[in-house]
Amino acid sequence: MSDDAIPEFSSAKSGDGSEVGITNLSAFSSGPGIKSAREVLAIILVAIIVIGGAEFLIRFFNVPAYVLPTPSAVAMAFVTDFHLILPHLGYTLVELLSGFAIGAVIGLVMAAVITQFPFVEKVVTPYILLLVTTPMLALVPLLILRFGFGYTPRIIAVALAAGPMVMINAATGFRRVDRGKIALARSYGASTLQIFWKIRAPMALPMILVGLMIGSIFGLLTAVGAEMVGGGFGLGNRLTSYSSMIQMPQFFAVVLLLSILGILIYVLFFWIGKKWASWEA
Amino acid sequence: MTGLGSTMPKLRVRGATKVYETRSGDLLALDRCSLDVMPGEIVSIVGPSGCGKTTLLWSMSGLHGLTGGEVLLDGKAITGPNPAIGMVFQEANLLPWRNLDSNIHFPFEIKREKPDREWIASLVSRVGLDGFGGRFPRELSGGMQQRAALVRALSFKPSVLLMDEPFGALDSFTREEMNHLVEEIWMDTRTTIVLITHSIEEAIFLSDRVVVLSPRPGRVANIYEVPFPRPRSMEIMATKEVFDLQNAIKREIVGEQKSRYAALQALPDAIPAPTH
Ligand SMILES: Nc1ncnc2c1ncn2[C@@H]1O[C@H](COP(=O)(O)OP(=O)(O)O)[C@@H](O)[C@H]1O
Ligand SMILES: [Mg+2]
Repeated sequence: MSDDAIPEFSSAKSGDGSEVGITNLSAFSSGPGIKSAREVLAIILVAIIVIGGAEFLIRFFNVPAYVLPTPSAVAMAFVTDFHLILPHLGYTLVELLSGFAIGAVIGLVMAAVITQFPFVEKVVTPYILLLVTTPMLALVPLLILRFGFGYTPRIIAVALAAGPMVMINAATGFRRVDRGKIALARSYGASTLQIFWKIRAPMALPMILVGLMIGSIFGLLTAVGAEMVGGGFGLGNRLTSYSSMIQMPQFFAVVLLLSILGILIYVLFFWIGKKWASWEA
Repeated sequence: MTGLGSTMPKLRVRGATKVYETRSGDLLALDRCSLDVMPGEIVSIVGPSGCGKTTLLWSMSGLHGLTGGEVLLDGKAITGPNPAIGMVFQEANLLPWRNLDSNIHFPFEIKREKPDREWIASLVSRVGLDGFGGRFPRELSGGMQQRAALVRALSFKPSVLLMDEPFGALDSFTREEMNHLVEEIWMDTRTTIVLITHSIEEAIFLSDRVVVLSPRPGRVANIYEVPFPRPRSMEIMATKEVFDLQNAIKREIVGEQKSRYAALQALPDAIPAPTH
């Protein structure tokens, strides 16, 4: 932290780093905004053609249901068996939410602390990269050996998957020092803590949101994957169970539910980004 | 006693020297600069870019320390940011995630003080920003942003206003408007102002004195008195005296640069050809 630095007010936001993250805020700004009636119509039309086409082709070629069920059969299963699937959605959400909360908090704190100390950051970064790139699913059998078939190994796996994603993106955000803005705060006698909360944190917010979004999606993938490895509950367990019983409509109903969950997560963060970080765009 | 008090400089820079330690070695940015700014005076600092103007201004504001020399405010050494000093930065420097009101209240938030709402409201209407309090910086023109920055800097009634190329990014019409605004505010408040600018016209329009810094390392090359009465009308600004002064300052700056260029031109002869 060079307090002596002269600000380059103009364009040179040193270490802006918006190119470093896995994605940047353009995910929020160029994403699906409000669309015109024509666009909505086109989207619905495409959906009808794709789904209707699938329905037609599967029926026309007599594809057996255990290979690929028709969309209508999947929809039926989704409705009739929803009460059977619902508790498992609850289990998965518990794992996702608690694992994500733990991982996100640790990731955020570590990002905030580490970026304050460039030396520590340089030393730690390779290990963080290792954590980001290692599929945490690989550890699940080990975790099950140690913690049994309950929630614990899954929550740990979710936290391990989400935490590093949150951390690496948040760190990119915290690294964006705008010396001019820090000088502004300091000229009023701001403390280090005030500079953190009033300048660094809001500047990092867009990247933090990106990290939270990616982290929660990775958390969902890991939760479902961990459920497929072992333990008798959760949406992932339903997938293995339905497929072993060749109940393909139910199987695809679960897949559909997972897709909806993923999209809801995306929409949630998109909405938060619009509301709290739209100044960036 | 009273006589002594009234002639004491508001700001006193004595032998200010600043060395930056960079990876490629020490860099002398300021070399024994001395300057007195009297209470209620407007002083402009001009000079080629990179000559140490910002470095000097930051020392005055207490944003960074000096390697040698000192800066005194009302006779007391400045050792850190001082509530009596307001800063206006280049390009407004508003916080984009805050609306205008919240940007203007930012200094009070940091200082944990209650804003003087009446005074701020009068400033806001004085600069013509009534009704824009809820807008975000990106929704405003550069001129409006800079007005808001001016309000922010004046909001806690500083006795010294330091401005670092405040209007450099504005078009020339907006810039002139801002100059008049500063003049008006100064006529009201008689705040001591130190202004860095690269517009000699702006320097002459606003200042009592214009300080020319030499190319790096920054030294005080010359100080020009600007003797014209205020408010400075377009007629005054169009007189031969103003024109001559403007040329003299320009020649001073360009001359400094030219002699340096000549020195650089002479340099290659002294350097032996590279051998590989
Ligand atoms: N934090 C810093 N570290 C190293 N060198 C700096 C730093 N800040 C400014 N300088 C150098 O000091 C010189 C004066 O800079 P500055 O005061 O910004 O000039 P000006 O405002 O007149 O353009 C320049 O050569 C600049 O590169
Ligand atoms: Mg400068």
